[in-house]
Amino acid sequence: MSSEALTQKIASVFQSVGATTLSFFEITGRLFLFMMNSVNHMLRPPYYPRLILRQMIDIGFYSLPVVGLTTLFAGMVMALQSYSGFARFGAESAIPNVVVLSITRELGPVLAGLMIAGRIGAAMAAELGTMRVTEQIDALQTLSTNPFKYLIAPRLIAGITMLPLLVLVGDIIGVLGGYLVSVHTLGFNAATYIQNTWNFLSFMDVFSGLVKAAAFGFIVALMGCYHGYQSKGGAQGVGAATTNAVVTASILILVSDYLLTVAFFSQ
Amino acid sequence: MTEIMTPTCIEMKNVHKAFGSKVVLDGFDLEIKKGESVVIIGGSGSGKSVSLKSILGLLTPDSGDITIDGKSVLSMSGSAREKLNNRVGMLFQNAALFDSLNVWENVSFALMEGEKLPRKKAKEIAIEKLSLVGLSPEVANMSPAELSGGMRKRVGLARAIAHEPDIIFFDEPTTGLDPIMGHVIDDLITHCVKTLGASALTITHDMASARRIADRVTMLYQGKNIWTGPVDQLDDSGNPYVHQFINGLAEGPIELDISR
Repeated sequence: MSSEALTQKIASVFQSVGATTLSFFEITGRLFLFMMNSVNHMLRPPYYPRLILRQMIDIGFYSLPVVGLTTLFAGMVMALQSYSGFARFGAESAIPNVVVLSITRELGPVLAGLMIAGRIGAAMAAELGTMRVTEQIDALQTLSTNPFKYLIAPRLIAGITMLPLLVLVGDIIGVLGGYLVSVHTLGFNAATYIQNTWNFLSFMDVFSGLVKAAAFGFIVALMGCYHGYQSKGGAQGVGAATTNAVVTASILILVSDYLLTVAFFSQ
Repeated sequence: MTEIMTPTCIEMKNVHKAFGSKVVLDGFDLEIKKGESVVIIGGSGSGKSVSLKSILGLLTPDSGDITIDGKSVLSMSGSAREKLNNRVGMLFQNAALFDSLNVWENVSFALMEGEKLPRKKAKEIAIEKLSLVGLSPEVANMSPAELSGGMRKRVGLARAIAHEPDIIFFDEPTTGLDPIMGHVIDDLITHCVKTLGASALTITHDMASARRIADRVTMLYQGKNIWTGPVDQLDDSGNPYVHQFINGLAEGPIELDISR
């Protein structure tokens, strides 16, 4: 290989690294600006109570079956798995604690967050994306209505407030799942199980889970709105926006879950 | 002589806009007098929509100035822009009706959100505006998805005029309609514009429609304004580009750029 070709090759490597870095910063910058703009409009009036309520019903009420089923089975599996593991060194009595802690701290918020990312994040991206490509967002602006206030703020508010409530319900159902398996198939005493569950549960366990849930609700709504709002190029663009909304929301949920866990529980 | 006396409503001066390396507007000038109906004609991809969206504030030009009633709209704050938009109505190409709302909520959207009218009153006005565009009150409670193309255009028109704007924009009002429905929509547009005494800007490549709507026609080609004149001088413009375009000739100075 001649030295000229080699230089060119090396230059092109640097070029592609540079281009990737630049586009990474461009995307994070744009996302950050979008987030600041959204939060700004979310906090200041005018508010749209009707729209907020509609989003709350969509996110909160209609997601109950999905979240309930997910956490129910998560609790049941937790009980079975920890039994088969703990029985080896005679620690079966720890099962109620393990179930309630893992559900309230981790599984409840994370599973609910991921389910909502699939259910709500995708729907938001598809709806806003369609509105974008059919010029409905432009139409809003020409009708003197700020799309950030009218479309995005209600979704963010509903996401932040509804996910903790969903997770609270999910926590209870998840613990119930663990209880059902433990009492009916593993032969635990019902009263002891409930007492052990209750004794070891601290306020912080539930509270940290609910804070996580609020953060995940914000992430899901923000990603759904961002990708939908920025989408272009017809049906294909809306499809891509939907995929991106779910994928980025899921990844960010897991990343922020780690960071929040560090913030809450690492001394 | 009245033309000299009429004040200017919208003016675009030397507006440039490019997307990446693709130059769309390349020094575009346009003047619309108060109460005048101007039509921009031009081929697909010639920058008609971009010029309209720049005036509406949906796009920001790279350079040049756009004024409405002498005030530059480019340096306006968000709230001043929203206030200005209260005076503006826009009919989108595919009507862009909000499909989460029914027909009357669409029509009276600006009244309910902007002027905070109670819903009952807003509905009455919506039904009145619907009758102006030839739609019966039963349509009011339908959802936009149930409407045909012509009906959607009518609802879009009713929405554009509901808050009685004095500036109205029409983005290809007849595209996608059959010739008869196109004619009906044109008549509605001229009627509404005249009744409101509004200034109107229409972009279209439908020549029959342009002749019916326009007081004045301007032709946009490769990002520049290449001819402007009263609609009755369209046929003897002396401009070979205009001649080719209005007669739809395959041969002429305009080269079809297939890649656009």
